[in-house]
Amino acid sequence: MQLYGTDISSRLLLGTAQYPSPAVLQKAIETSRAEIITVSLRRETADGSGAGFWGLLKDSGCRILPNTAGCHSVQEAVVTAQMARELFGTDWIKLEVIGNSDTLQPDVFGLVEAARLLCADGFKVFPYTTDDLVVGEKLLEAGCELLMPWGAPIGSGQGLRNPEALRAMRAHFPDVPLIVDAGIGRPSDATRAMELGMNAVLLNTAVAKAGDPVLMAQAMAQAIEAGRNGYIADPMDPRDMAVPSTPTLGMAELI
Amino acid sequence: MKIIVNAEPREVTNETLEDALTELEFTSPAVATALNGRFVPREDYSETSLSEGDRLEVLAPMQGG
Repeated sequence: MQLYGTDISSRLLLGTAQYPSPAVLQKAIETSRAEIITVSLRRETADGSGAGFWGLLKDSGCRILPNTAGCHSVQEAVVTAQMARELFGTDWIKLEVIGNSDTLQPDVFGLVEAARLLCADGFKVFPYTTDDLVVGEKLLEAGCELLMPWGAPIGSGQGLRNPEALRAMRAHFPDVPLIVDAGIGRPSDATRAMELGMNAVLLNTAVAKAGDPVLMAQAMAQAIEAGRNGYIADPMDPRDMAVPSTPTLGMAELI
Repeated sequence: MKIIVNAEPREVTNETLEDALTELEFTSPAVATALNGRFVPREDYSETSLSEGDRLEVLAPMQGG
């Protein structure tokens, strides 16, 4: 798939937070075969811990997608994006403008406004949004070239709360890369998202908080690939009644 | 002068952002800064002067989703 003109072969984008240790994170990145990993910016501590993490990121060889997680206003998100561009040396930004602390749902009005400002400033914006079609249209008008609808609230692991809305997005935006961001809990959730025609899945907690994050990273990669192939292969339509799969012609008369 | 650095009151004697960062022992190149809510590009550090009560944010790479 192409994201902002860049060829990306892995359809799994992996978050880097909440792993039991840096070593497990590193191994999970490898096992997932992710090419894009998400990161954030936080206050530098006295021990300069940010520099160590930056070293791990560089060693991973992955493309970095910084986020604006935790930003509740347009200004915070825009300034954070500017700082991220300098710090990580990329104009990619996962844009989050959070509207509610409990649900972490996007403030879609602020999101569209921040997206417009950042796109005009040369950023390649990955907007974390809802599955609302009109908001999607506004984000594209603002200059976004892809959309990242949520599956369920961030970190909830509930899977796809509204698969029909994602199906509608796929139909409404046939040529826009759609990445399900947030809410995936199990490999089957990721497969389902891909079977609906999503182009990729962005995961973090589902891998980091699994009992075995490294094995879950592998399971998610396999699930995403299976779902993508299933979508491309064009599944049969369900039928109301049974239809024999073994030919009935040529049956012997045995009674 | 007293400024607020990452939400903590600090005393600095240097007036430019560049020198103040050294004084505050932010020596890692992997940081980005904002002064009073505005991003300050690295190339502007030497010409950015600080005033009493300024709010300085110094951010570093961190794990994120």
